[in-house]
Amino acid sequence: MKRLLEPTEDVVVNLLRLANTKLPADIGWALEAAAGWETGEIARTQLGAIMENVKKAEHLGIPMCQDTGIPVFYVRGRFDSSIASKIAEGVRKATASIPLRPNTVDPLTRENQGSNLGDGMPVIHYIPADVDYTEITVLPKGAGSENMTRLAMLNPADGVEGVRRFVIDSVLDAGGRPCPPSIVGVGIGGTSDRCVEMAKEALLAPLDSDNPDPVLAKMEEDLFSALNSSGLGPMGLGGSTTVLGVRIRKACCHTASLPVAVNIGCWATRRASARITSDGVEYSQGAVL
Amino acid sequence: MRTLRTPLSEDLVRSLRLGETVYLYGPVVTGRDEMHIRALKLSGEGSPVPSGIEGSVLYHCGPIMRQNGDGSWSVVAAGPTTSARMNKLEPEMIRRFRIRAIIGKGGMSKDVAEAMREVGCVYLAATGGAAVSLADGLGACKGAEWLDLGMPEAMWRFEADRLGPLIVAMDSEGGSLYERVAESLVRDRRGLPARPLSGRRGRPGR
Repeated sequence: MKRLLEPTEDVVVNLLRLANTKLPADIGWALEAAAGWETGEIARTQLGAIMENVKKAEHLGIPMCQDTGIPVFYVRGRFDSSIASKIAEGVRKATASIPLRPNTVDPLTRENQGSNLGDGMPVIHYIPADVDYTEITVLPKGAGSENMTRLAMLNPADGVEGVRRFVIDSVLDAGGRPCPPSIVGVGIGGTSDRCVEMAKEALLAPLDSDNPDPVLAKMEEDLFSALNSSGLGPMGLGGSTTVLGVRIRKACCHTASLPVAVNIGCWATRRASARITSDGVEYSQGAVL
Repeated sequence: MRTLRTPLSEDLVRSLRLGETVYLYGPVVTGRDEMHIRALKLSGEGSPVPSGIEGSVLYHCGPIMRQNGDGSWSVVAAGPTTSARMNKLEPEMIRRFRIRAIIGKGGMSKDVAEAMREVGCVYLAATGGAAVSLADGLGACKGAEWLDLGMPEAMWRFEADRLGPLIVAMDSEGGSLYERVAESLVRDRRGLPARPLSGRRGRPGR
């Protein structure tokens, strides 16, 4: 979908509307496949309710989930420092017009300003690149799944098996709380902060894209089948669809460290991107980063 | 599948069986962390709480609401929130206000199950994220209390009109689907040790 050049604030509103009202196609396909293999009545009821809801939300143009999350932004390409305030303004407008639920509060007083803005919000990650466009990607992240985030600073001796164990335990201990069938984002390596960032970035890789690293691709497959053999199932009520996908990113780390982070995305892992060039804006939901 | 009219009687609640699918019609109120805290604080001080909490169906939900030109409210999206956050508050809430049903997602603790067994209350699992369908089922908004808590945390009143599907996931006899699933959970189909070498948090054992 290509449009004429629009102010960045409006691009942000469009992005938040697209992400919140329309599930990315790859996740829709994964849900359909899951509904095909599930046999339990309760699990099938859950998947049926999810798919019906996705259709209604898209048709009516309203958010598929009331937890429209904390919008996490990734800005890639060419940009200047004015982009932060433009994104913030877009969030304010989107909160009122879509509408989004005002989720942002002071962590201690719990005061809610009603705009999804406030100290440190929204979260924006910057990735400068030598290209002739600006790409803004948004990942609205709900608290049910975000609250299940885990970081482990493993010992190098724990190795691949330790990583595997930590991911499986993190997902199964979360139970029905992150709204499974979920998408599991995993970060391996880096520093503690970078590791958690990678786990979240991993959620931006579409389920139908191959991990470019064959070792990680194999780990993803192994974890996918281990988790779906667990019996946790949709909403933690039992079944054979606990996850729709596992996506892993890695970075090098200190010789004495083995950081692993798990950031779970609910079934409604929402994403949308806008590529802004000198002659227009192109929207998509196939973010990779 | 059963359709139930709220408020629910204790007898009816005690007749609900684990795994049953139900749809609700009638009054439902929403409440999350802050609503629980305030209701318990006021009642602890001997102050009155808003009508509609006593004997209610309490939905763990922070909806997206839209205010209409005439000041009334309409629900836009209203799926369940994670119930486990209210684990510490719920036993007292159930006992004090004779809550008959809790709607939420993810299930609740053994302490909550015990209060549910004592009072006659069930836990109904709604599909997480199915916010548009569930908003349809919530029907008309009949007002709000404690709007100063913010839109998600306020107590909203609804007249449910086929709210569901809801699964009886914890019954009034202490039974729980979540517990059943947890007991049969396969941690690793390869049968390797259930925890990483250095402990579940990846820290050296101590």
